[in-house]
Amino acid sequence: MSDAAAQTAPAATPETKPLMQRIRRKLQNNWRSIVVMVPFAWLLIFFLAPFFIVAKISLAELAIASPPFTKMIEWADSGIMTIRIVFDNFTYIFEDDLYLNTYLNSLKISTTSTFLCLLFGYPIAYAIVRSGPVAKPVLLFLIILPFWTSFLLRVYAWMGLLADQGTINNLLISLGLIDEPIRMLYTEFAVYVGIVYTYMPFMILPLYANMEKLDGSLNEAAADLGSRPTNTFFKVTLPLTLPGIIAGCLLVFIPATGEYVIPDLLGGGNVNMIGRVLYNEFSRNSDWPVAAAVAIVLLFLLVLPIMVFQYFQGKASEAS
Amino acid sequence: MTGAPTVSDTPWLDQDGQKPLVQIKGVTKKYGDVTAVDNVDLDIYQGELFCLLGGSGCGKSTLLRMLAGFESLNGGSITIDGMDMADVPAYERPTNMMFQSYALFPHMSVEKNIAFGLQQDRVPKNDIVDRVHDILTLVELQDFKKRKPQQLSGGQRQRVALARALVKQPKLLLLDEPLAALDKKLRKQTQFELANIQEKVGVTFIVVTHDQEEAMTLSSRMAVMDAGRFQQIGTPTEIYEFPDSRFVADFIGSANFFEGRVTEDSSDHVRVQTDVAEVYIDHGQSVLVGSKIWVALRPEKIQIVKTDEPVSGPNTVNGVVDDIGYLGETSIYKVALPNGQIVDVTAPNQSRPTSETQRITWEDKVAISWEPSSVMLLNS
Repeated sequence: MSDAAAQTAPAATPETKPLMQRIRRKLQNNWRSIVVMVPFAWLLIFFLAPFFIVAKISLAELAIASPPFTKMIEWADSGIMTIRIVFDNFTYIFEDDLYLNTYLNSLKISTTSTFLCLLFGYPIAYAIVRSGPVAKPVLLFLIILPFWTSFLLRVYAWMGLLADQGTINNLLISLGLIDEPIRMLYTEFAVYVGIVYTYMPFMILPLYANMEKLDGSLNEAAADLGSRPTNTFFKVTLPLTLPGIIAGCLLVFIPATGEYVIPDLLGGGNVNMIGRVLYNEFSRNSDWPVAAAVAIVLLFLLVLPIMVFQYFQGKASEAS
Repeated sequence: MTGAPTVSDTPWLDQDGQKPLVQIKGVTKKYGDVTAVDNVDLDIYQGELFCLLGGSGCGKSTLLRMLAGFESLNGGSITIDGMDMADVPAYERPTNMMFQSYALFPHMSVEKNIAFGLQQDRVPKNDIVDRVHDILTLVELQDFKKRKPQQLSGGQRQRVALARALVKQPKLLLLDEPLAALDKKLRKQTQFELANIQEKVGVTFIVVTHDQEEAMTLSSRMAVMDAGRFQQIGTPTEIYEFPDSRFVADFIGSANFFEGRVTEDSSDHVRVQTDVAEVYIDHGQSVLVGSKIWVALRPEKIQIVKTDEPVSGPNTVNGVVDDIGYLGETSIYKVALPNGQIVDVTAPNQSRPTSETQRITWEDKVAISWEPSSVMLLNS
């Protein structure tokens, strides 16, 4: 057998050519995993590694040093390694009402904003899907258009609109509808306006993508079988758009919870959200360990509901 | 004959005594400048399996959707079982539809898909279970009731769609290209199945199809549609054997057309002089003597014989075999006539050709002839 194999191999480059071929074949057979590995490597380097660094800092103590925290692993001269892990930052966060209330307030604001985005975004997405072939690309373009100007600029624009001497108040006063300006800027209302306005496209686009795939004849089939339009919506359309609703809600809820710019600019000092606390700890107080702990707790607050949701969804799809 | 008048089994053939289930009167549908359905009238009777046959864009699906209540009418009226449907929304009509895409709810099991319509009618739970079971037995899908639509084959989905539409026992079942999504072999098998189910449940079916074979096999009566109008309505035999127009004769099956001038018209026969031969027709049909007219002949109704002798007389003509298509059970001969016209003739291959000399082959001189009863006189 081995003789036969040796004879069939070309005599000139008996080793290199099969090697090149083998590499090429390997690439051909495994190109899928190679393509997947690139983004995974990216995430590993630029997401997972920083996460562990933050986690490490959250377990350290504040120190007058640069960077301003104690080292986790220290080598004594005698060669003995000491590992210092401190949970004080976490106990500090959970014992202080300020942090707890801020977390709850952040969750309240992001949950309400997500709900408002869904409430307004769902009909908008539905209307776009149902619009004609001329209107559809225009409407979609209008949804994406705000991204063409800076996010910061748009928030400043809202400050100009909502201020006591701002456009809206001036208009209402000149129309004689009010005598005194309504206080809008630096209230929770302004924060809601900012978040709902900013994150609306993140709700509409996944909903649109999901609804676009829906077979319009399903609604007709439901009507044909005797279902009234409202019943058809709750029994057919809503369950089938659930993946879009979930995707949109997560895309709004997660960044809204950690939002810093909007509560800072539109809420002033009156609206506490965890993003602002984190920023203050990190930059004004230079308390990196507490800031890191705040970030880690926030992460778990956000990751846990997603994992619970995925667990139940996995169970649901298993059952069917 | 035996005393009291009885209800006919085939009321569509005996239209005087029966009240039609569906009455379509002057129905028109326009999309902008385009008239999809143009002032059509049609009566459909209880128990019929009626096919609307036509090419794409002929208005057949639009008419079906108007019956279901998905499209509004621009004119005319639709009455189902004596009730005017003008202000009745789709969800209150006594019709059910089987969609071309089947439109099964992907998030519901087979069972729940079928139960959906019954739930809307607030049928008691136990009855729903029984009726779903019965209909699943009818379409032979009892073992698949827990499956989701995407876990079924095309043929199984088609049967679920049929069951879902049938389970509500509608007065009228509308089927939009019910077999179009199946492959050819399954389609042929399902054609007969569908007709059997219709016979069993006795529900009136209206089937939209572009497939003439499907329409011929399924229907008790059919309408050939073109450009928003009915070209002809009749039983499959009537439509095939006695087409009214050149369009219908050409659309259903294939036909050879000859233009001629009427030379004689009496109550029991008609004579038409064409370029190639005199055509004698042994059934009366009121035509104007001297008028120009089209006559048509089905390829299978023409006999072909090999001969060098010139033939004369009505209903026969000499020719030369220009081309042959061997299809196994039959052969198609393309015969060139003296005036250059090519005529299609099909002949069954009832026995294997025993020797080369008996077989008709290329460039053979032949004579073709036909029965006086086989000629189709086309009015328009």
